Amino acid sequence: MERLTFDLAAQPLRELNTFLHTGAKEGKVGHVTVLNPDGAHNIAVGLDCPIEVEVVGHAGYYAGGMNKTATVTITGSAGTGVAENMMSGKVHVKGFASNGAGASAHGGLLVIEGDAGLRCGISLKGGNIVVGGSVGSFSAFMAQAGRMVICGNAGDALGDSLYEAVLYVKGSVKSLGADAQFEPMSDEDVSIVASLLDQAGLDHNAQDFKRIASKRSLYHWNADANQEY
Amino acid sequence: MCGIVGLLVKTPALREQLGELMVPMLIGMTERGPDSAGLAVFGTPLAENERKISLYSGLTDDGADFNWLGLTHELKGHLGVTAAVEPKGNHAILTFDIAPAVVKRWIKEHHPKLHILSTGRSIDLYKDIGTPAEVASRYGFAGLTGSHLVGHTRMATESAVTPDRAHPFTAGEDFCLVHNGSLSNPNGIRRMLEPRGITFETDNDTEAACRFLEWRLREGDDLETALQKGFEELDGFYTFLMGTPDKLALIRDPFACKPAVVAETDDYVAIASEFRSLAHLPGIKHATVFEPAPEEMYVWNA
Repeated sequence: MERLTFDLAAQPLRELNTFLHTGAKEGKVGHVTVLNPDGAHNIAVGLDCPIEVEVVGHAGYYAGGMNKTATVTITGSAGTGVAENMMSGKVHVKGFASNGAGASAHGGLLVIEGDAGLRCGISLKGGNIVVGGSVGSFSAFMAQAGRMVICGNAGDALGDSLYEAVLYVKGSVKSLGADAQFEPMSDEDVSIVASLLDQAGLDHNAQDFKRIASKRSLYHWNADANQEY
Repeated sequence: MCGIVGLLVKTPALREQLGELMVPMLIGMTERGPDSAGLAVFGTPLAENERKISLYSGLTDDGADFNWLGLTHELKGHLGVTAAVEPKGNHAILTFDIAPAVVKRWIKEHHPKLHILSTGRSIDLYKDIGTPAEVASRYGFAGLTGSHLVGHTRMATESAVTPDRAHPFTAGEDFCLVHNGSLSNPNGIRRMLEPRGITFETDNDTEAACRFLEWRLREGDDLETALQKGFEELDGFYTFLMGTPDKLALIRDPFACKPAVVAETDDYVAIASEFRSLAHLPGIKHATVFEPAPEEMYVWNA
């Protein structure tokens, strides 16, 4: 398989993304290196073939967004909305990620080795997110399916209005959101966490994580609740 | 949307390059703020008894042809004050050694369309409508020197696109603030401050935050205490970057709705709304880059 390099200091981003959307699908190039990303937005978005993309440096907004089957690695940090609406494949951020990481992802694996900002995994629809550091407030808000493994701490209102996504946290949780609750870890939970940690390449003991899932008390309208949720 | 940039040099030798390092930062935020731009630069303070004011003549009938030297002659004639003037088109810095309130009152009386941008011993302030590149070249930002600066590129949402509504805003002496976001209670803040004799020059929401924080500082709060009161009283979305003669301070609202990223090396601290405005800085590849947390105070000393 061939390897290609795009230097964004010398080439426009559109050249990179056009190649990734067209030429890359021919399958001759297996690996693309992106140099000098310098915080540009929309790097390697909308990929739809099993190519490996390595972004060397800091990416701007929406890097790896809508990813399908590709593996995108960012050696620095990622801006707002990294891997948002990912369908499959993998997006791996070696540094930190800003707000809304993995928002609305339907599938695939998002790994953030550092901290993630606020609203990580908001409206998650089926993907898996593993965060090596901590996540900010309102993470997993209205998350519907999929899993989040948080090796550090979580901010306020974790899992607010959670549906069927399941969250695992090793550190402390500043506060849980409405309808989220701690639940005992089953053997299956432990093996799920161990497997996700293994896929993320992070070394933690899966036994040390706590499980958070929905109480499901908001699923049905309760006229007697007097708005006291 | 708006863009924020800030730069504080730790290495004294870099003070000569402050403007040169900053111009690409400001231009890098053009997409976030294409309608106006401005910056406040802090340098070595004047003597205890001296003050300087930055003035903008773009709203006068003469615009960039304003007779700045004539202004100093009038000041000499009316107030008996000897003022030095450094004109740059529609902008000038006036330096004198009497109470600034006297000079400012005289200017408001005799040249009501002349806009007073800033007052102090350390601060020079420039702002105007136009793209960041246009404003930077209009005032020769690349040649500015000093220890730290606060810059802004504006995409107006809360008030009209006019030079006086561009950022930074100032209040009192040697204090400025830039804002990315929108406040939801600026009128409540105004109604609280106006009976205390604090007057407003525009209908802009950022001006309310600026005057609120400067009022707290004037009431004796230190910067940290004033910022804490800001968290309690100012409602809405904001990343604020503030400058004083010896400090740069940054805060973000509890929801971190508006972005900010910081890069720090042994030589400088650089702040921008997005990393793409920091990417050109020397040694950036080895800088400590981080995202400031919501509702935390970040204060750097010049």
